[in-house]
Amino acid sequence: MPDIRPILTLSEKKLLSLELQANEIRKDILKMLTEAGSGHSAGPLGMADIFTALYFHILHHDPNKPLWDDRDRLFLSNGHIVPVRYATMAHAGYFDKSELMTLRKLGSHLQGHPEITHLKGLENTSGPLGDGAPQSVGTAYIGKKENKPWHVFCAMSDGELEAGIVWEAAMFAGKYKLHNLTWIIDRNNIQIDGFTEDIMPLEPIKDKFEAFGFEVIEVDGHNIDRFVDACREAQAIWERPVVIIAHTIPGKGVDFMEFDYKWHGAPPGKGPEDTFKKADQLNEALKDLRTLGGKIKSEHE
Amino acid sequence: MPNKDIKLNRDWKKQDALKALPTRDGFGEGLIEAGKRDGNVYAICADLTESTRVDGFKKAFPDRFVQMGVAEQAMAAIGAGMCLAGKTVFIASYACFSPGRNWEQIRTTGCLQKTNLKIVGAHAGVSVGPDGATHQMLEDIALMRVLPEMTVLVPCDSIEAKKATILAAEIDGPVYIRLAREKSPVYTTEATPLELGKAQIFREGSDVALIGCGPLVYQCLLAAEMLAEEGISACVVNNVSVKPMDEKTIIEVAKKCGAIVTIEEAQAVAGMGSAVCELLAEEYPVPISRMGMQDRFGESGEPDELLEHFKLTAPHIVLVAKKILKKKSIK
Repeated sequence: MPDIRPILTLSEKKLLSLELQANEIRKDILKMLTEAGSGHSAGPLGMADIFTALYFHILHHDPNKPLWDDRDRLFLSNGHIVPVRYATMAHAGYFDKSELMTLRKLGSHLQGHPEITHLKGLENTSGPLGDGAPQSVGTAYIGKKENKPWHVFCAMSDGELEAGIVWEAAMFAGKYKLHNLTWIIDRNNIQIDGFTEDIMPLEPIKDKFEAFGFEVIEVDGHNIDRFVDACREAQAIWERPVVIIAHTIPGKGVDFMEFDYKWHGAPPGKGPEDTFKKADQLNEALKDLRTLGGKIKSEHE
Repeated sequence: MPNKDIKLNRDWKKQDALKALPTRDGFGEGLIEAGKRDGNVYAICADLTESTRVDGFKKAFPDRFVQMGVAEQAMAAIGAGMCLAGKTVFIASYACFSPGRNWEQIRTTGCLQKTNLKIVGAHAGVSVGPDGATHQMLEDIALMRVLPEMTVLVPCDSIEAKKATILAAEIDGPVYIRLAREKSPVYTTEATPLELGKAQIFREGSDVALIGCGPLVYQCLLAAEMLAEEGISACVVNNVSVKPMDEKTIIEVAKKCGAIVTIEEAQAVAGMGSAVCELLAEEYPVPISRMGMQDRFGESGEPDELLEHFKLTAPHIVLVAKKILKKKSIK
C-alpha cells in the first residue's frame, strides 16, 4: 500500500480565499479569450471553482517542478476548456500571468487546445473529445501497479460522454479497480449544438457509471467546500474508481452567459448580441465579476 | 548475385530449403527480447493475443501484459497514458483495427504527444487469405507514414521482424510495425543489418531497381534472378524503413539504374512506392511503376492464389520491369 497523502478539510478562511481566487481567475479567462479573439467561454467559467480547488487545495504539485515524479496527475479530456487551466496555472505560479495574453497566438506556450510538448505542467494533449479519459486510465493503471503515492484526476465534459472511447476506458477502469483514479465530469448540460439531452440524451449518467464499476458522487460544482469533500471521499474509496458528477452552470459568474449554449464556443466580443453589443461584452462581463453578481458593490459604482 | 554485405541465407535461392515463418512470429520473439532488455516494456492486446504472437510475452512477463478486449481506440489512448507514466508500450491487433480503427488516437496521443507508443499491425495485406477484404489491411502504410513523428517499419521476413521489434523499443517516439499473417521464406540471417532510416541493397544491379518492402522483397529477389537469365541486371532494395526513408540510397539507385519498380502488399496509392515517387519526382525523376493493390479491395482465397490473382509475384514483377525498361529507352 502506498503512503496516503491526505487532502485536508477546508477552513472557512481558506474557503473564502479560494472563492475570491476563482473570481480573479474568471476575470483572466475573459481577458485572455477576448485578446485571443476565439475560444470557449462557458466551460472555462463553469469550471473555475473546481480548477481553483484542485490547484490551490487538492493537488500535490509544485509549480517550480512541473515534472516532479510524485505529483498528482490532472488530465484534461475536454481540451477546449483549457483557458481555465492556463489561468489557474498562472495564478499558481507555473508561469507569468502576462503570458496568458499570448493564448492561441503564434509561438505561444498556450496553444488553443493544450499540448504537453508546448507547456510543462500539463499531463496530456487534448482536444479530440474522449481521448483524455483513457489516458488517465493508462497512467492510473501504472500508478496502482507500482504503488505510487500520486492520485490521478481527469476533468472531462458531459458532451464527450457521447464518445464510445470513454466507455471503453470506463470498462477498463472498472475491470482493474483503479481506486487511484477520479474522473470529474463537468455536468453543465450544454454542448456546441445545444442541450445535451436534446443532442443525445446522457441520463441516467449515475446509473451508467455504477454499472461500469464506478463509485458516483454528485456535487454542486460551484460549492468549493463540497467539492473538496467529494475529493476526500474519492480518496477514501478503495477497490473502485470514482466519478464526481459536478453540476455546473455554463458561463458561471457572468449573468448574460449563464446557461446559454451560444456562449459555449464564443469569446467576449464575438458572442451573441441579445444582451450586450460585441464591443461591450468584456466590460459587462468583468463588471459582473467585480460585484460577484451583485453580491458586493464596488467602491466606484 | 546478392550483396555479400547483407549476409543473406546462403540457400536464399532454394525456397524449399528455407524455413517458412510469418513475420508475426519474429515480432513475438522480438517482443520477448525487448521485454528482457527493458523492464519498462509493456504489451497490450485487443483480444488477439495468440494470433498477433503476444502470447509469448504474456507468458514471460504476465504482469507487463494487459488484456484490453475488443477496444482498439482505448487501447491506443490507454497505451499512451501508460507511456506518459514512463513506459514503452506495444499495442497489438490486426492492422485493419489498429491503426485502421484508432487513427485519431494514434495521431493525438501517440504522435502529437510524442509518446513511446508502438503500434503493431498484424494480418496486413491480401495474403491474410480466406478471411477476405474486411481483414486484409491495405491502407495502413499510407495512414501511418503521413503522420509527423511516426516511424514506419515493414520487415521482409521473420528474422527482420524480430530485429525491427527490438529496434522499435529503442526508438524515442511512436513506431508502426507492419506484419503479415502468412508464412514466407526466412532468407535473411541474424547477421543481416537493420538500421533505422536505412534501405538495404539486397542485390546489386544496373538496369532496373526493384524496391520492395515486406515479404514481397523475396519475390523481387526471385524476379531479379529471372531477369538475369534474360541479360537484365536488376538491383533489389529492401525498403524496410519506409519512414524515415533512406533518401540517399534511393536516389543513388535511381541514378545508377534509371528505372524503378516498387512493390508492396498494400494500396499502390500513398504507400511505400508513393514515398519513392515523391522523393524522386523532386530529386531525380526516372520512370517508375508502382506494383501493389490498384485502388481496389482484396477478397477471399488462398494466400498464394491471391498474390497471383493480384499480380504480386516474381513473374509479374519481371513483366513490369521489362515494360519500364522500354520507357527508360524512350527517355
